[in-house]
Amino acid sequence: MSELPLRAQLASVLGRSAASLSRATGRGDGSVIGGRVALKVEPDLLAKLARGRRLALVSATNGKTTTTRLIAQALREFGDVATNEYGANMPTGHITALSDNRSAVNGVLEVDEKYLPQVLLATQPAFVVLMNLSRDQMDRASEINLLAKKWRTALGKSNAHVIANADDPLVAWAGLGAPNATWVSAGQRWKEDSWCCPECGGHLRREADPHWECPECGLARPRTSWAVENETDTLVTPEGQRIKLRMNLPGDANRANAAIAAATAAGYGIHPERTVERLREVTSVAGRYTSVVTMGVEVRLLLSKNPAGWLESFAVLDPPRTPVILAVNAQIPDGKDTSWLWDVDYTVLRDRRVFVMGERRTDLALRLETDGVRFEIADRVDEVLGRLKAEQPDITKVDLIANYTAFQQIRTAYGRVQ
Amino acid sequence: MTNTSALRIVWIYPDLLSTYGDQGNVLILKRRAELRGIPTEIVHVHSSDSVPEQGDIYLLGGGEDRPQILAAERLRADGGLARAAARGACVFAVCAGYQIIGETYGDDEANPLPGVGILDIRSGRGQARAVGEIVADVEPSLGVGRITGFENHQGRTAIGPSARPLSTTVRGIGNDDRTEGAYQGQVLGTYLHGPALPRNPQLADLLLRWRVGQLAPLAPSWGERLHDERMAAALRQ
Repeated sequence: MSELPLRAQLASVLGRSAASLSRATGRGDGSVIGGRVALKVEPDLLAKLARGRRLALVSATNGKTTTTRLIAQALREFGDVATNEYGANMPTGHITALSDNRSAVNGVLEVDEKYLPQVLLATQPAFVVLMNLSRDQMDRASEINLLAKKWRTALGKSNAHVIANADDPLVAWAGLGAPNATWVSAGQRWKEDSWCCPECGGHLRREADPHWECPECGLARPRTSWAVENETDTLVTPEGQRIKLRMNLPGDANRANAAIAAATAAGYGIHPERTVERLREVTSVAGRYTSVVTMGVEVRLLLSKNPAGWLESFAVLDPPRTPVILAVNAQIPDGKDTSWLWDVDYTVLRDRRVFVMGERRTDLALRLETDGVRFEIADRVDEVLGRLKAEQPDITKVDLIANYTAFQQIRTAYGRVQ
Repeated sequence: MTNTSALRIVWIYPDLLSTYGDQGNVLILKRRAELRGIPTEIVHVHSSDSVPEQGDIYLLGGGEDRPQILAAERLRADGGLARAAARGACVFAVCAGYQIIGETYGDDEANPLPGVGILDIRSGRGQARAVGEIVADVEPSLGVGRITGFENHQGRTAIGPSARPLSTTVRGIGNDDRTEGAYQGQVLGTYLHGPALPRNPQLADLLLRWRVGQLAPLAPSWGERLHDERMAAALRQ
């Protein structure tokens, strides 16, 4: 990439020093503070750091950290990749990611949904990668219809090539604002936020899934060139080649993430067969989908922050004999409002041993009682394991689904596994 | 709607007005009725369907600005909800749903738009968004006591002479910093969004009592525990 002007170089160096200091003193991973210091010195730093690179910006309600990681994994085929792998997805985090890797021509940045228009304008990326939009932490996040409209407007003013999930009507409508797009049929399990047309508000006709169209204004799902077949675990390329995914990350949601990553990597010139091989090397992302073994029991950690995410997590639970722990907090990063628990259908847990934990476990308890799911209250994971082992000494596996801070607390308690 | 003896709970426009946990109100009414041996029938009315007039309890949830406007237009054109309310049916409306059953409500640029007109309230937009836990004392004659919930709205609501405030606020904003919600006959609206009835079992029982008369008491369970826990947390703030 081209040389930075002196002021930008200084900003970048100061930012990296602050980040190192933050790491050295154990205050954090440095992603946010470094960017903040640098921005003070050079407000246009993000634009300057982005110049001369081929960037992909990745945004969605769910799966952005994972998909960013998958695309980065694929792009390492060509060498170094600048990426915000710690999930610091606002401009300060982007500055840190790009400053940390000045020589990398290719970059992939996870972007918070609200910041996408601003970061798009600053970085002029080659690709914008969009997966899904659904209700999430509405006490502090923007309304998703409004977000989609802002995305659509920003994309209309940009030259970026969009790679997007055509099966999510809100995402497709936003992506249709861009001059060029590659459409992926990546699926949509949670449909409760997309029964109405984003263009005119008409009730969408949605048979047969994944097709959708508005009978009133004619807006319809764009023609797709890539697709995922969940039943056969297959990626179908624009040339009609069928590639078995065999990912090490679980579930349909990760098949969708992989398909989107493969379509993006193809934009960089990497053959999908090669991409898929590389994606299989990813076994966990920032502790998500990882397992910790404690008291001789393998506890699989699933992070889910909103109704769409919980629905996906239920779909990847191990067979009914495996007990599941649900943990919910309502701190600021989680959203202070737990109303969303009522949007999720828990009846699929009826045949399973269920434990509830977290600061808002009483909300969960009432929710489960209402759906006729039997459960037990617990304070800690090791307490659950103690109870289970006392009854069933040969128990080997437990699944755990937690929202953000509940997940982080549990991860910290068992070591920050990557 | 074939079962004539069942309590008919009609959920209006889950496709437009179901932003945050509104399903909870449907599930709790059903559960608290069935625990007392009262059979229920749940009817989902989508935005393209006409609203049946022979329901017992009609539920309307919350929604973003645009879906709210679409829902109001469709309900006014359909007329079924207004006819049901005129017949004396119970209506329980939350947040965006509360605003649109009134005389007028405000769009995102504060222009007044016509509502369904079954509750004598007029809503507009306030300066700041009201977000957080809310506590309010319900009008004593309703026998509900103190309620809690979560509010997330920018609306401010004035109550006309035909309606009465549902409650007096203890914490939070509600209609105007002083009162929360409104009722008129069996039409009741509130800013306590999402699962207002799961969090306040005594409010769920008020709606049931309006339809079926005296109710058998139920043993306290998780609903009562959650109510007390959230109340204590909100009052500590």
